[in-house]
Amino acid sequence: MSTRMFGARVQRNIDPQLLVGAGAYVDDIPLAGALHVAFVRSPFARAKIKSISTEFAAQHPGVAAVYTCDDIGALDLELPQLIPHPCMNSPRTQRPLARGDVYYVGQTVAMVVAVDRYTAEDAAALVEVDYDPLPVEIDLEKAILDSAPLVHPTHPNNIAADLVQISGDPDNAIAGAEHVTRIRVQVDRSTAAPMECRAVAAIFDAVTGELTVWDGTQGPIAIRGGLASIFNLDEDKVRVIAPHVGGGFGQKVLLFYPDELLVPFAAMQLGRPVKFIEDRRENFIGSSQERTQIHNIELYAKKNGEVVALVDRFLHDTGAFIPYGIAVAQVASTSIAGPYRIPNIRVEFKAVYTPTVVVTPYRGCGRPQANFAIERAMDKLAEELGLDRFEVRRRNLVADHEFPYLRKGLVFADGLPVSLDSGQYHKALQLLAEKLDPLAFAAEQRAAREAGRYLGLGLSFYVEGTGLGPYEGGHIKIHPITGKVYVNTGLTSQGQGHDTVFAQIVADQIGVAVSDVILVEGDTKAFDWGVATFASRAAVVSGNAIHKSALIVRKKTLAAAANMLEVGPDDLELRDGAAWIKGSNRSVSLAAIATATNPLRYAFNESAKAATQFAPASKHDGPPLAEGQHPGLEATDYYSPPSATWAYGVHGAIVEVDPDLCAVKIKRYVCIHDCGNMINPMIVEGQVMGGIAQGIGGAMYERIEYDTEGNLINANFVDFLVPYATEIPAVEILHLETPSPLNPLGVKGVGEAGCIPVAAVIASAVEDALRPLTDEYFYHAPITPSAIHTALSKKAASAT
Amino acid sequence: MKPPPFEYCAPRSLKDAVDILASDPAAMVLAGGQSLIPALNMRFAAPSKLIDIQHVAGLKGISIEGGKIVVRAMTRHRELELNDGVFRVNPLIRETMAHVAHVPIRNRGTVVGSLCHADAAAEMPSILLVTGGSVIAESPRGRREIPASDFFQFHMTTSREPDEIIVEAHFPVLPQGAGWAFKEFTRRHGDYAIAAVAAIVTRDGARDVVSLSACGVASRPIRLETCEQIFAAEGFTDASFKAAAAAAREYVTAPDDIHATTNYRRDLLASLVVRTVEKALARSR
Amino acid sequence: MNRAKIRQNLPAKSADPTTKIELTVNGEAVTAEVSTRMLLSDFLRHGLGLTGTHVGCEHGVCGACTVLIDGVAGRSCLTFAVQAAGCQVRTIESVANKDGSLHPLQEAFRECHGLQCGYCTPGMIMNILSSFNSSAPLDLSDEGIRDIISGNLCRCTGYANIIAAVRQAAKAMALG
Repeated sequence: MSTRMFGARVQRNIDPQLLVGAGAYVDDIPLAGALHVAFVRSPFARAKIKSISTEFAAQHPGVAAVYTCDDIGALDLELPQLIPHPCMNSPRTQRPLARGDVYYVGQTVAMVVAVDRYTAEDAAALVEVDYDPLPVEIDLEKAILDSAPLVHPTHPNNIAADLVQISGDPDNAIAGAEHVTRIRVQVDRSTAAPMECRAVAAIFDAVTGELTVWDGTQGPIAIRGGLASIFNLDEDKVRVIAPHVGGGFGQKVLLFYPDELLVPFAAMQLGRPVKFIEDRRENFIGSSQERTQIHNIELYAKKNGEVVALVDRFLHDTGAFIPYGIAVAQVASTSIAGPYRIPNIRVEFKAVYTPTVVVTPYRGCGRPQANFAIERAMDKLAEELGLDRFEVRRRNLVADHEFPYLRKGLVFADGLPVSLDSGQYHKALQLLAEKLDPLAFAAEQRAAREAGRYLGLGLSFYVEGTGLGPYEGGHIKIHPITGKVYVNTGLTSQGQGHDTVFAQIVADQIGVAVSDVILVEGDTKAFDWGVATFASRAAVVSGNAIHKSALIVRKKTLAAAANMLEVGPDDLELRDGAAWIKGSNRSVSLAAIATATNPLRYAFNESAKAATQFAPASKHDGPPLAEGQHPGLEATDYYSPPSATWAYGVHGAIVEVDPDLCAVKIKRYVCIHDCGNMINPMIVEGQVMGGIAQGIGGAMYERIEYDTEGNLINANFVDFLVPYATEIPAVEILHLETPSPLNPLGVKGVGEAGCIPVAAVIASAVEDALRPLTDEYFYHAPITPSAIHTALSKKAASAT
Repeated sequence: MKPPPFEYCAPRSLKDAVDILASDPAAMVLAGGQSLIPALNMRFAAPSKLIDIQHVAGLKGISIEGGKIVVRAMTRHRELELNDGVFRVNPLIRETMAHVAHVPIRNRGTVVGSLCHADAAAEMPSILLVTGGSVIAESPRGRREIPASDFFQFHMTTSREPDEIIVEAHFPVLPQGAGWAFKEFTRRHGDYAIAAVAAIVTRDGARDVVSLSACGVASRPIRLETCEQIFAAEGFTDASFKAAAAAAREYVTAPDDIHATTNYRRDLLASLVVRTVEKALARSR
Repeated sequence: MNRAKIRQNLPAKSADPTTKIELTVNGEAVTAEVSTRMLLSDFLRHGLGLTGTHVGCEHGVCGACTVLIDGVAGRSCLTFAVQAAGCQVRTIESVANKDGSLHPLQEAFRECHGLQCGYCTPGMIMNILSSFNSSAPLDLSDEGIRDIISGNLCRCTGYANIIAAVRQAAKAMALG
């Protein structure tokens, strides 16, 4: 067998196309005569709609149609609630076009379809909507008070869901505790801000009755199913393609955004292709956001720092609706104990409606918030007990021999109790300590303080449940003419490099170059059994499904080649695109084998001649195609994970804080992570580094700002601060590879890893740096210069 | 985010440009477009007409004459920034311009455009102010010179009359032996200033002259006159730095906003004044 | 199956006034009639079919739309097509060699894994090329390269590999 591709830093197959500007994102797809959509959106966070007049807009030159809720027939419905859960009380979802009420600034009220986007925007400004504004409460803690105005009259105290989960026997453990640490932490709202905003284009072919939709979605199969159902079309008459997509980060997995239904509807109504290319402002006020949570967390411990019980109560802001259910809060609640034993846990959350943009998962999906809570609490526990921050963690980390570590009563997003399957948590922490050398740093810190400089060290340990089911599939076919290997799966990529990672898995089994494996995914016509790309699951679920299919194709190939070369399958090896008799230079190409396994009547080239049913190579007893045999070298198989598999890691940083400018400079950032076996370490590092950059954004720069009226005041890149290269430091990444015992490839997901612990690391470091100057703690992310200033002012005030 | 409709013209002579502007009060001048076009794309402005002055004769180039750097209306930021002749006579300009947005914006945007846009957190207005520069306005009534101290009135508001086109900006060269410095604090590289200070320190025998301006802290760029007077009177001592820092705080009128609280801006400005003057002093001869 | 309806008479063009412009794009002379308010980014993408230039924000902050205008980087979303009359515009489509082989900068991006979703990449590359061509001295330190790419947002890579790609390309091109 040739050099193993699994584990190799292989360059990506897709890059040349993207590098020369030949990528095909939704707005690049040429659709002749396409019409363009602009939406009329609510300028109020909460209001009654008294009337809508579309007369002037409809008459505007260049306008094809204007739609309100009265003009969209069966689409005037409350959108699906995707993930039911009994803890939700009558979950509310929005309508594609508002009827009677609007619930957040940005909600779609009317749709204009015109010859181009410029004209559509002109006409949208001519739609007259008469609103009756209603009072609002944006603040999460105030929104649950009896006095708060209700987002939905059906939901007292704006509570959308309420869930208590208990693991072990916390009441008993609390009674026996020797110490309690209590803190309140808050993480503020951010947004994925992918470089490509959302986009949908649709064309209805009246001749074939086929609807084709290009959608920058993370879940084309799910979109297809929904469209077929809502428009009452056969599924095979609906094709959804996620072409190249410029980043997703979870924002593009929510379905349905109103445009995802309305654009196909307009295409069918108008008989012309229709496009909606979301602009950046719309991405801020119309596409989902995440992060706002407030945790009150208590750690009950023995005096030696061993945490015996954890109690956490948190509020989760779900925005105006709850289409994705409690996923974010559920993941946060089940991740709350992190990598620590803590055998007794009581975690309760309330998901709260606020008249703001809908909250659905953004990379991390609640894990960053949970990590912020537990890690800040661990730091405080250490301080209160006079323990070193590394030591308090050592005393609580799950040990190697304790895996799998079960948390009964905490039900993860896979519907099962949390079960940490494998890891080397202590080793990871040890590696971080070796890298950062806390003792040496302490001396450096002392010397710096004497010189009037403030250095700090911070750390945070995270766990990441990955590889959710229900399943994914892999279809593999060796092409008879070229001998290249074609692979399909139900996922789609927004930059993760599936085309290469999955090709590496196949290349190892079939013995071809990675560049000769061609992945076509994200197209329901190519493969339509599966779920979507989210929750760090592609490598685990599709990866293993493709691996299983590759094993089958390998077996078929060896059997067929053995027949052609008249040896046993064990005498053969697959490499360089052919089957070789070991120790000889006799071989037969994959193309020839693929041709030969498809008994033909008509020959169209030399290879085909050899495969015709009467040719010598095809001779065998019985019918040309034996019972149970399929023609060609092709297989489809599926992988359904038994449960989530838990990746983990620990990050640490050294920062310098300038107390006059209140500026934080990250001098070193170290990431130790473990995602099991790595298929392509280069791509893994890219995922981790990208996640860390988003984590730094959330830790220091990014906050969606709502004013008290519910206006999103920084709905642009000038005032919503996505970090440039000048804000992101160099990062040292070390890999541990503790295979997952749960799947054949031993892989765990890594897509979200980078962003989970960053806010806690920065808070921990800034706090450590400024301890001589202030007694304040940093329990609110993002940590901004103003927040640092406020903390420093408090010490100054108390000192005088 | 597409701009609203407008008429467009690209006159070749200044007279034509002035006449068109005078005849249409809702028209706007388009130079580099790096401030105007974002406003149009966001539909914050809806001019009837854009008068593109990029082809108007006599509006390109930089000259140094009579102790002044003359920057014409179509001179891009990047031209001024990279001009070595300018750097020799006023290095404060190049040091400051590294903070103006990012290079691609500076390649297209114009210095005069930035002055006319008059964002209270923009850097170039502050430099015009600290050097005691001026702009030249052209209208049907003729030409007039407007000193920087009169030009910047309020957020996005200058004393340019609606029928005036600003055709030149004049930045004085620095005095012989003067020290200079520019320091800015932003959340991200290239952002508008949370606070920024420009300082020119001239040690003239018995007298020290300090010129200090700030941007990002008030409704327009401002001279920190009280601080200047403290240094002029007391020289550069621990006490005078402390007093100047305290005085600087009083100049911050910007309210709390999403990027900074007023209290933080006050302390920030105080720190920046100290650091900027120190640096300028070190460079002075 | 729905009963077929009479084909609707829907508008084909907007009512915008247009202007004729002549410019050079990727070395080719182009003449076009454009709406006066059409952004250069839209003209390149939809007027000329050069969809390699991407639109990320339309307010000049993200840099995805960066092209070369008269040899230097500029935001095509902050330029009207009419302003580009008489100019030389170069887009990402002009960077690879005529035989299809990649430019050293593109090669370096590939080798260093400097792109993931690829959406910011064309603008990033045009900006870097502009810096490589500039008369200003090239600082290839970590800080210097971060400064060069400081006006281009990337949400996928965290920038580390882009910095490595710039350094590798500069070396391959014997710059700096």
